[in-house]
Amino acid sequence: MDFEYSDEQKLLSETLRKFLNTGYGFDARAKIMAGPAGYSEDVWAVLAEMGILSVPFDAAHGGFGGTTVDMMVVMEAFGEFLVVEPYLATVGLGGRFVARGGSAAQQARILPALIQGKLKMAFAQTERGARYDLRHVASRAVKSGDGWRLDGDKRMVLHGGSADLLVVSARTAGGGHDADGVSLFLVERTAPGVSVTEYRTLDNLRVADVKLAGVSVGADALLGREGGGFDLAEEVVDYATALVCAEAVGAIKYAHDATLEYLKTRRQFGVPIGSFQALQHRMVDILISYEQARSIACLACVKVDTAEAAERRRAVSAAKIKIADACRHVSQEAVQLHGGMGMTEELKISHTFRRLTSIGQAFGDADHHLERFAKLG
Amino acid sequence: MDLNYSPEEVAFRDEVRAWLRDNLPAELRDKVLNYRELGKEELLRWHKILAKKGWVAPFWPKEWGGTDWTVVQRYIFEEECGAAGTPLIVPFGVRMCAPVLLRFGTDAQKQRFLPRIYNGDDFWVQGYSEPGSGSDLASLKTRAVRDGDAYVVTGQKIWTTLGHYGDWIFCLVRTDAKTEKRQDGISFLLVDMTTPGITVRPIVLMDQGHEVNEVFFDEVRVPAENLVHEEGKGWTVAKYLLGYERMGTGNIAVSKRELARVKAMAGPLLDDPRFRDRLTRVEVELMALEITNMRFLDQLRGGRAPGAEMSLLKIKGTEIQQAITELMMQTAGPFAQAFRPVNGETGFDRLTAALVPRYCNVRKATIYAGSNEIQRNIIAKATLGL
Repeated sequence: MDFEYSDEQKLLSETLRKFLNTGYGFDARAKIMAGPAGYSEDVWAVLAEMGILSVPFDAAHGGFGGTTVDMMVVMEAFGEFLVVEPYLATVGLGGRFVARGGSAAQQARILPALIQGKLKMAFAQTERGARYDLRHVASRAVKSGDGWRLDGDKRMVLHGGSADLLVVSARTAGGGHDADGVSLFLVERTAPGVSVTEYRTLDNLRVADVKLAGVSVGADALLGREGGGFDLAEEVVDYATALVCAEAVGAIKYAHDATLEYLKTRRQFGVPIGSFQALQHRMVDILISYEQARSIACLACVKVDTAEAAERRRAVSAAKIKIADACRHVSQEAVQLHGGMGMTEELKISHTFRRLTSIGQAFGDADHHLERFAKLG
Repeated sequence: MDLNYSPEEVAFRDEVRAWLRDNLPAELRDKVLNYRELGKEELLRWHKILAKKGWVAPFWPKEWGGTDWTVVQRYIFEEECGAAGTPLIVPFGVRMCAPVLLRFGTDAQKQRFLPRIYNGDDFWVQGYSEPGSGSDLASLKTRAVRDGDAYVVTGQKIWTTLGHYGDWIFCLVRTDAKTEKRQDGISFLLVDMTTPGITVRPIVLMDQGHEVNEVFFDEVRVPAENLVHEEGKGWTVAKYLLGYERMGTGNIAVSKRELARVKAMAGPLLDDPRFRDRLTRVEVELMALEITNMRFLDQLRGGRAPGAEMSLLKIKGTEIQQAITELMMQTAGPFAQAFRPVNGETGFDRLTAALVPRYCNVRKATIYAGSNEIQRNIIAKATLGL
């Protein structure tokens, strides 16, 4: 066992933070969010140039061949700086789908372009009523000539509006909540029959509703085994869940640091408010939540790389339960201890509150993962 | 970062597990697993078995009997002991007095006391709290007046755990009542409990067990050579010791065992989502704490003394312990109210009956070794700079 980042990981963290410190301050971020795309192509190009987009992929495709702990380093920094670029959707979901389930041809077509920053991806899964259940797929794919014809109604597709290529789940057999019969397809966002409606989220990311009406794709659009999409989706979503847990750790760290600083500088009754024991103890509880969140996120990131499926599921759900609880606790306390200022748009703490709230729900809230954890025994 | 055991660590775990299987006396194990009180001889029996094997004080320096284990090996050892149901190694000698002697003791003190602590020849207890000095420990009043080659100690200690078994007691005493800072007048003394003038009186707690005591000192003559560190510097010693005391209060290994027991005892309750979710949240918190614990202990490599990070482990570890006792009591349902048989023990489910006293008893965990509120004060000051 070993509990520290390696020297290479520390260097990665420093390099990335150096860029974010200069190029991704709070004001710069606000401008990016206000723009039409909701993210910055320039920043995306820098991330490609720095190799951040390449971290988890094989060297054969131009990747860095990194572990999920390497990704943890990236996600922590992104959490701290509240990065809004579609990294999780492209690298954590789309790229992971291709890397884990794609054919050699699909990988060769997609991954080098993705790594170079020329191709963005998203995972179109959620449907009305599905909540967090990856089995709940009513969208249909039927054989049509050599290829497939897709119909469906996908909601809340993270960064679906900016994605060039969507991974779409659709049923090729079965019905209802059957795990069998779900298949995954690669669909160009601009393909005929695809319509996209974009929304802003609470935390200033972009999501989209994606309608598929008789969308034709070739046989080479099928990702992984026909009817076997659920297992792949579950594995990839577990991976992405571990990544948002790591992102949460970074955001929680920021909330901790900013709140502590506020307690030391804000004066009332002639003294810094941090001299009040009622507030000190609450601040300590924020620290405890941070340390526990960090520990469980480490566990999830290590286990998605090293564990068998059953142990991986257990570790990821455990992590998401703790992270969801910590997100809620720390975000609410950070706002409370900042007082009125914590409520304002102009302070980063309110934006951190929103991101943490959102992460708490992402890929299943605490209740969802409590249920899953319990069923795993 | 790697949170999986290496092949060497797995081999070590198997070695420890096999050794415990062959060497932990069944009668001790049964008592531990049924929450029954262990007597002095039973506690020392296990201590001596471990001492003979060379595993009673893993974190001591090698020349005094330490094992040179890594943090992970130490954790594996504790986890295996927890899972096997070994008696607790009474911490006052091995984990508290010894680190103090190693850091502040004279060569003569080390030679005289450390081997006896190691071998379990003396049963040590702790004389810190006083009736008027609980959380505010530095206000303590037990007096030690220098008289020739001895200190004459008069006063009272309270909450002395296992004081009725004590052969020796380490005490914080006031050697100077006139210092500007009250911390400056405190000294650290080692006292032979057979010295005339010492009286130990039991305090019965709400579980009706006898674990803690009052210890009275009436002009007890303590040789001056039993002073540790300088006169008036006892507070430095006291704080150093408290770090080590807290290091052991997380009880993660025992909590893991007890949590597994809750699951085994819960039966159909595991299908009740209300109960199950409470249980899972505790389990997840414990999974996180295992890693937090090792992360923090890992930072102590190279001999740095444990500090405020131990307070965090203490807070979380004791909260989890208490939560587990609540879950356990819940598993017993109405039978959890059973306490003691009136006419002998026949037909009485001892384990079930132990759950409520245990629930009551473990309320102590968030109070002792510095209440969890004091731990939060420590973190606020030392870690957060508030």
